[in-house]
Amino acid sequence: MAKITFENLAHSYLPNPQGEADYALKEINHDWVDGEAYALLGSSGCGKTTLLNIISGLLQPSQGQIFFDGQDVTQAPTAERNIAQVFQFPVVYDTMSVRDNLAFPLRNRGADPAYIAQRVQTVAKMIGMKEGLNRKARGLTADAKQKISLGRGMVREDVNALLFDEPLTVIDPHLKWELRTQLKSLHHEFGHTMIYVTHDQTEALTFADKVVVMYDGRVVQIGTPEELFERPEHTFVGYFIGSPGMNLLDATVDGASAKVEAGAVDLGSGYGSASGKVQIGVRPEFVSVSSGGAGLPASIERVEDVGRHKIVRLDLAGAGISAIVSEGQSVPSSDVRVSFDPAKINVYADDWRVAPFEGQKGEAA
Amino acid sequence: MNKTDNQKAWFLVLPMLVLVAFSAVIPLMTVVNYSVQDTFGNNVFFPAGLEWFRSTLQSDRLWGSLGRQLMFSGIILLIQIPLGVYIALNMPKKGFWVSFCLVLMSLPLLIPWNVVGTIWQIFGRVDIGLLGYTLEAIGVDYNYTQDAFDAWFTLVIMDVWHWTSLVALLAYAGLQSIPDAYYQAAKIDQASRWSVFRYIELPKMMGVLMIAILLRFMDSFMIYTEPFVVTGGGPGSSTNFLSIDLVNIALGQLDLGPAAAYSLMYFLIILLISWVFYTVMTNLDKREGN
Repeated sequence: MAKITFENLAHSYLPNPQGEADYALKEINHDWVDGEAYALLGSSGCGKTTLLNIISGLLQPSQGQIFFDGQDVTQAPTAERNIAQVFQFPVVYDTMSVRDNLAFPLRNRGADPAYIAQRVQTVAKMIGMKEGLNRKARGLTADAKQKISLGRGMVREDVNALLFDEPLTVIDPHLKWELRTQLKSLHHEFGHTMIYVTHDQTEALTFADKVVVMYDGRVVQIGTPEELFERPEHTFVGYFIGSPGMNLLDATVDGASAKVEAGAVDLGSGYGSASGKVQIGVRPEFVSVSSGGAGLPASIERVEDVGRHKIVRLDLAGAGISAIVSEGQSVPSSDVRVSFDPAKINVYADDWRVAPFEGQKGEAA
Repeated sequence: MNKTDNQKAWFLVLPMLVLVAFSAVIPLMTVVNYSVQDTFGNNVFFPAGLEWFRSTLQSDRLWGSLGRQLMFSGIILLIQIPLGVYIALNMPKKGFWVSFCLVLMSLPLLIPWNVVGTIWQIFGRVDIGLLGYTLEAIGVDYNYTQDAFDAWFTLVIMDVWHWTSLVALLAYAGLQSIPDAYYQAAKIDQASRWSVFRYIELPKMMGVLMIAILLRFMDSFMIYTEPFVVTGGGPGSSTNFLSIDLVNIALGQLDLGPAAAYSLMYFLIILLISWVFYTVMTNLDKREGN
């Protein structure tokens, strides 16, 4: 177990990167706290796997350094880093039995046979494969193979970090939930540093203490699930997390009020005058729909009933927004007005969040 | 689903049947026909029973050739398979040199058999051949026309030169199909180079290697042109393989009956070995699947 530190780390797959756009992973400085469970969240091709492979040493970063507990391991080969990694598609050694597969990482390190046998038993129990230990790994289902891969990742107790690269993609939904819960309890029990790459927000939010959101090769926000929900630092975080994502409206902001196409919106706190491409963002959960009264005039395009609540899609002076309305509440049919909870509105300039004055809500970014 | 009986459907198989009859069954039956008859010329035949089979089985000739043939196939398999795998493992995985290596490797495969024979026939001559002359010059006693060991050495090296590429290319194809994640996982698991070969590369190559072994076995077991051009079966009968021996009986001595019996047994031996090989292969597959 170790604290992992990135210093000016960046990577490009091109031999001579020219501008920022050439970097698959833009410069990043970060401490991965020892013993925390992180989820690395982002859409495909945003650099998640690149970052993971740099930690495990499968990839040499083009610039910057990486430290394990203060020791520079930038040039160290994978074998010396003592990292466990589980890949998206199951990797098993076909000709070995399930038992040998699980024992393989320990045997390679010359561990004591009695200890190996005991560890294999423990891990087999953890992944629910105590029964078929003597089976050949070839011919098992993808589920079972991925469980073996997970087991091989967990068999070493002294690893510096456990890395997961979308490990549950090939697993059945009900098993997915079960395995994720197991991983989480494993984390509580042993306190390994875990980094879990995924593009599924539910997976990220349920698994991790801290979620790292990546967008276009850049880490845009690191925070608890709550922080990501309440105060997305970047419009991408607002849009990517939440279902449906955050509503974004082009606006001009002056002091404590914003002007959008449909009218004026009260922001709850002062912002001065933001420059650049200014937008206000508000989550559908904090948009209320009423008939008549105060608020901006809008028209309803459609209502989607998802069971727990209804999602109302509205047209607000040409901009499409969504609102979440509780199941019991009726949706007005005429003279529709929408209003936003002022305390939950975020202001963005050029996609990055602008902190309000006087820290009336949240801290400065 | 209800199936309707329609006997006319048999007619659809007829063209295929005719084709196979002319390409395989009828020629084969002619040979079978020869093998049980004798003739004194003038196209007059009379039945000879199983006499030709009996006499061929009792002669040392068949057994000698069969022994040499098996030894030849065994030696070239023992050299070509490991060598081919070794070359494949050391070929570049990507970049410009891949195409270069692939072209270089396939060159020997494109040369016709008799040309290969001619090349080595000249290459090995002590008077004008580069190999023979050089060996002679540095004091190695080498002469494939007089020394049985030298003749074997030349034939084996020639076959290795001609066909190792095939094994290497097949093995390379097998290696290329292994996803990167396997190598990465092996690094994570701190597997040694030998473990990577033993537990990742070899199992993934097994399928194509089996095909390579089968192809190389059958091909080498039926080899004719190259030894015929290089040694002609000599010195003595030391490189007289089954096919060379057979052609000598059939066309040299015009003994149609014994030659037919000989060729039928030759055919049965190949069939038998291929069948055994196939059965072992599929059983291995099945056993590992469980």
